[in-house]
Amino acid sequence: MQLILDRISHRYGGTNVLEDIGFTIGDGEIVCIVGPSGCGKSTLLRIAGGLEKPDAGEVLLSGEPARDSLNPLTYIFQDFALLPWRSVEGNVSLVLEDHGVSAQERRETIADVLARTNLSGFLGALPRQLSGGMKQRVAIARALAVKPAIMLMDEPLSALDSQTRELLMDDLIGLWQRERFSALYVTHNLAEAVRLGRRVIILSRRPGRIREVVEIDMPLEERPDRVTELDRLQRHVWDIMREEAREADREIADVA
Amino acid sequence: MSHDTQVLGSTAGKHKEERAVRQVPFRGGGFVHRPMGPIGAVVFLAIIALWEAGSRTGVISPIALPAPSEALGALWDLVVTGMLWKHVGASLYRLVIGWTLGSLLGIAVGLMIGLFSLARAGLLPLVSALFPIPKIALLPLFIIWFGIGEGSKVATILFGTFFPTVIATYGGVDNVDRNLIRMGQSFGLSWLSIVRKIIVPGAMPAILSGFRISASIAIVLLVAAEMIGAEFGIGAYILMAGALFATDQLIAGVALLSVLGLSISWLIGRAERALLSWRA
Repeated sequence: MQLILDRISHRYGGTNVLEDIGFTIGDGEIVCIVGPSGCGKSTLLRIAGGLEKPDAGEVLLSGEPARDSLNPLTYIFQDFALLPWRSVEGNVSLVLEDHGVSAQERRETIADVLARTNLSGFLGALPRQLSGGMKQRVAIARALAVKPAIMLMDEPLSALDSQTRELLMDDLIGLWQRERFSALYVTHNLAEAVRLGRRVIILSRRPGRIREVVEIDMPLEERPDRVTELDRLQRHVWDIMREEAREADREIADVA
Repeated sequence: MSHDTQVLGSTAGKHKEERAVRQVPFRGGGFVHRPMGPIGAVVFLAIIALWEAGSRTGVISPIALPAPSEALGALWDLVVTGMLWKHVGASLYRLVIGWTLGSLLGIAVGLMIGLFSLARAGLLPLVSALFPIPKIALLPLFIIWFGIGEGSKVATILFGTFFPTVIATYGGVDNVDRNLIRMGQSFGLSWLSIVRKIIVPGAMPAILSGFRISASIAIVLLVAAEMIGAEFGIGAYILMAGALFATDQLIAGVALLSVLGLSISWLIGRAERALLSWRA
């Protein structure tokens, strides 16, 4: 299944947040979006998954998702968005309960996704008992449970410390190699973008426009060994962004 | 590695020889509460003992304040004559009915104000206008509307608990993490599921602390309502004792109210521990 963003524009109050943004996420493709803070990355992601309506343009799906996909467009949030009053099991169960899945099937799915995210021993744990990395693993397990066609990831590693981030990055790459999901991955971390992205879309700041698209035609599994090439790519991306990042840093916030 | 530490160690040693070494003074103490064991009970008993001693020695005039032993005697009379349960039972009945109905209605209206823009626009100004009215002032009206019997007493408690519950509930709904609601929407949960599984549990801490406030308001109103046209009830008992200047009975009645309040707050504490165990 493909997700097509067609000339998306959006404004908050008098400010143009996004202007004329269009791209396509192909099957099994990870597209990363980077940009200075306040360029509308998160807004764009919310629009892509139908959580917000753009002022102009439309988001289209082409092709059918797999028959067993319960929620084709599935988010992973920066703050994990786990219900603190539900256990690990309950948090995964939550997203299955509304889809007419039998209790037996639900138990099997939960066991399966928790095993795939190395969480099998934590069925009854509450979110407050888990580290940030474990919480995000639960959120990833929850996303896998509804068998998404496209994952929409909103800075999923940004709330974690750098060691945990490395571990989870490896997990994500491993997961992608097994499942080949498509993803729209929003981040401000350029290293993450060049590690994961098939394409890196650089947005400019206010209005958010596509500044440049960097294609990275290098298999994910080879990337850890070709660090120098990735470094060069990362510096290239940074050169494009630097001026705007500096301006973003010096600005007084006036838009929520 | 071992070489490095040796060098470091030797330089530290040299410093020691050259300058006087002293400990960094500790200044991080205080401002932290420690568990103190049964101090509360000791203070309570000490005050009672002091009071009793004062009454026995004549320092405290029996007209001004009866001895605790006399108040205990009055309480014992209540037990022996079987009137204790009559009074407490009548009060509990009014309290439970009034508070339960008031809380249920309050939660329902609070959820409506929290969830629907129309209800918020229509009802919130009304709630804000009626909340600050002391419900005791309306008691004569309630007597006309609901009769001098149980109706007016229950209605007073009901109205008194309704408004704080509404305000606590819609405040709790407003404070539910928007990201959790957005998460529910992004997974395609139905409206009802989002309300039942995300909004209501998320508002539960606020609702329960609202219960604490509404329960103490209910006790105040109970006594006030029972002072008009009630034969039985703790409030009626206190009023009667006051009219006869039977101060021992008055103290006994007030002690009953205190026990009632403590029991209710203990029950709410239990409910909090059961329903909010997910909080640290």
